[in-house]
Amino acid sequence: MLKNLLMLKRGDTGKVKLIDAGKSATRRLYEMGLNTGAPVTVVKNDAGPVIVCLAGNKVALGRGLAGKINLDIEDNGHA
Amino acid sequence: MRKGTIALVGNPNSGKTSLFNALTGANHYVGNWPGVTVEKKEGFFEFEGEEYHVVDLPGTYSLGAFSEDEVIARNFILSEEAEVIIDVVDANNFERNLYLTTQLLEMGQKVVIALNMVDEAEKKDILFDIEALSKKLGISVVPTVATKGTGLEDLIRRAVFVLNEGEVVKNPLRYDEAIEHHIEHVEEFLKEEQLPFPLRWVALKVVEGDQALIESLLESDLSEQAKTEIRNFTRYHSSDNFELEIIDTRYRLTHEIAKGTVSRPEIQKITLSDTIDKFVTNKFFGIPIFAAIMFVVFQLTFVIGEDLLGGAVASLVELFGGWLERFLTLVSAPAWLISFMADGVINGVGAVVEFVPVITVLYLLLGFLEDSGYMARAAYIWDDLMRKFGLQGKAFVSMIIGFGCNVPGIMSARTLDNKKDRMITTLINPFMSCGAKLPIYSVFIAAFFPEHGGIVLFSLYFLGILIAMLMAKLFSKTLFKGESSYFIMELPPYRTPGAKNVLRNMWDNVYGFLKRAGTTVFAVVTLVWVLAVLPGSVEPYSQHSILGQIGTFIAPIFRYAGFGGWQEAVALFAGLPAKEAVVGTLGMLYAGQYVEEGSMLVNALQQNFTSLTALSYMVMTLLYTPCAAVLGTVKKETNSIGWTLFLALYTFAIGWLFAVAIFQIGSLLGFS
Repeated sequence: MLKNLLMLKRGDTGKVKLIDAGKSATRRLYEMGLNTGAPVTVVKNDAGPVIVCLAGNKVALGRGLAGKINLDIEDNGHA
Repeated sequence: MRKGTIALVGNPNSGKTSLFNALTGANHYVGNWPGVTVEKKEGFFEFEGEEYHVVDLPGTYSLGAFSEDEVIARNFILSEEAEVIIDVVDANNFERNLYLTTQLLEMGQKVVIALNMVDEAEKKDILFDIEALSKKLGISVVPTVATKGTGLEDLIRRAVFVLNEGEVVKNPLRYDEAIEHHIEHVEEFLKEEQLPFPLRWVALKVVEGDQALIESLLESDLSEQAKTEIRNFTRYHSSDNFELEIIDTRYRLTHEIAKGTVSRPEIQKITLSDTIDKFVTNKFFGIPIFAAIMFVVFQLTFVIGEDLLGGAVASLVELFGGWLERFLTLVSAPAWLISFMADGVINGVGAVVEFVPVITVLYLLLGFLEDSGYMARAAYIWDDLMRKFGLQGKAFVSMIIGFGCNVPGIMSARTLDNKKDRMITTLINPFMSCGAKLPIYSVFIAAFFPEHGGIVLFSLYFLGILIAMLMAKLFSKTLFKGESSYFIMELPPYRTPGAKNVLRNMWDNVYGFLKRAGTTVFAVVTLVWVLAVLPGSVEPYSQHSILGQIGTFIAPIFRYAGFGGWQEAVALFAGLPAKEAVVGTLGMLYAGQYVEEGSMLVNALQQNFTSLTALSYMVMTLLYTPCAAVLGTVKKETNSIGWTLFLALYTFAIGWLFAVAIFQIGSLLGFS
C-alpha cells in the first residue's frame, strides 16, 4: 500500500517507492539515502517537520516535502 | 620542502574538521577559495622529516554541482594539486558516507578512507571487518577516532604511502546496461578530444545531466562536432531521469560493500540522543527550551566575560595607559604624541580590547552548541514558525550564526536552495546582534543596568530576532513572493563537543576580533582623533573641531531618539567600518572632557545618557547599518550594488524608527 509520510505515525515503517517533488529536491533526497527501496521508520510526526530514521540516522523533512514522499507500507495488521 | 598535498573530503558531521585539527595542530590558516567567499582551511604536518600540505574541503553529501560547496570540492579533487584524498567516513552512517566514496572512485582518484568515530559505532554494536572492507573497495581503510587522535599515525602512513607509491584503483562501479550503453556512446564521441578530466567520468556526468560540467564543456575548446553531440544528447534525454538511476546504482554498491563487512544489531537501542530529542524537539517544549538555552548563554557571557574577567582586563588597560603616559611625559615626548597615545590609542583601541573576555566566552558557548549537534535541532523547531514568516528552518541557523558575526551568517544563506530564501535571509541577518556590538551593550549595561545585565542583553537579542522575523514576513509579501524552499536536514546524534574544535573555533574568532582592533578600529580611531584635534586653533575634542562640526551637522536627526549630542552621532558613524569603534570613539571623545578616576567611560556615559536614552542608543546600534565587512559580503553574495545600498539604508531607517519609538514612548510613560 502506498502512503505518504504525513499519513504515517510514529513507529511506522516502509520502503521509499515514489517521490513526486521537484527535480533538485528529489535528487537531494536520493543522495541523502532516501532512494528507491530505502527502509524508513517514522520517528516523529506531529507538529513541525517529520523526522524519519534512515539506517539508524535521523533526517528531518519539512511537512510540504514529506507529503510528496510515498512509502510502500507492508500490511502487517495494524494499518 | 612540501612533499605533497592531501585533500580531506567527507559528509557534514563526519568529523572531518576534528580530523583536520588533529592532523595539523596549530599549523593551520583560514583563507578563501578564489573568487568566492567560501572558507578555505589549509595546514600542514610533518611525517618522517617531510612536510605535507593538507586542504580541508567543504563538507558535502555528494560531488555533483548541487551547490557552490560541491563545485569547489569537486574542482579541487580533480585539480592536479590534490595528490591523495583522505575520505572521512562516519562509521555510524556508513552507507550514506560511502556514497560519496563511490563518486571519488568514479573520478579516478587515489583515496584512503578514514573510518571515523568507530568508538561511537562500537557502542551501538556496529562492527566492521576492516580487512574485508579494504579488499572489497580496493583501497586502504583506517579506523580512526579523530577527537582522541586514535589511528592518526596509521592513517598518515597509509596516505603518504598511497601518495608516493599507490595506484589509482579501478572503479568497481557498473551501471545498468542501458546507462552503460549511453556512457559508451558519449565516450565514443569524446575519446578523440582533449579533456581536462578522465574520459569515463566526463561521459558519466554528461549522461547524468550535470549542468555545471556540460556548460563548461560547451565553453571549452572541444571540437564543434563534439559540442553538437553533447547538445543533441542532453536535448534528446532531457526527460530521462538517468541521474536518479545512477544514484540508486551507487547506493546499491554501498549496500553490497556493507554486506558481510559491517554487522549491525537488528533492533537499534534507544540512545541518549533519542531521549534528549524527545524533549528538545517537542512541539510544546522545543521553543521554551531554546529560549532557556540562549538565556543561559547570554547570562554566562555577561557574568564570566564581563563581571569576572572584563573588569580585570579593563584595569590592566588603564594601568598600562597610565604607565605609558607617564613614560612619554618622562622622556619629554611632544604633547600631540602623548594625546594621541593616551586619548586616541589607549582609550579607543583599549576600550575595544577590554571586551576580549566577553567575545571569548560568547564564541566558546556558541561553538559548544554548534559542536554538540543542537543547532540542527534549533533549525528543526523553528521551521514551522519560520514558515509563517515566509522562511524555513535552515534560515534560522544563518540567524544564529549571525550572533557571532553577520559575515558567516550571510554566507551560510548559500545552503538555502532558492533565491527568495537566500535574499531574505541575507537582508535580515544584520538584525542579528553580532559579537562586535557586544562591547557597546556591555559598557552601557555597566553604566545603567548593572543589576540586570543578562535580561537586558537577552531582550536586545530577542528584539533583533523579532524585527528580523517581521521584516522577513514583509519581504516575503512584497519583494520576494513565492514558496519557501523545502527543508531537509540531518539531525546528527548529540556529541560531547571536542575541546580542540571548540577552542580552535573560539581562537579563530577572537583572533579576528583582535586583528580588527589592531587594524580597522585603530585606523578609525586615528582618523577620528585627527579630526577631533584639528584645526589646531580650536580646543581639541570640542564642538569646534572638524569632528565636532560634522557631529553637530548630523546630530539633529537623532534628537527625536533622545541622544542629540554630536559625540554620540559621530560614534555611530565611526561604527560603520567596524562596530567595535563605537565604544572606542565614545571613549576617546569623552576622555577629552572628563578626566576622572575609575572606569572613565562608564562615568562619562552616566553624565551624557539617561537609562532611557541608553536604551534607545543600544537599540539604534543593534539595528542600524551593518559594518563595511558585512556590506562587502552582501555585495559579493547578491552581486548587486543596488541591494547592498538598499540594505545599508533600510537598516538605518529601521534602527532610527525604533530608537525614536523607544525614547518617545518611554518619555510618555514617564521614564527617563
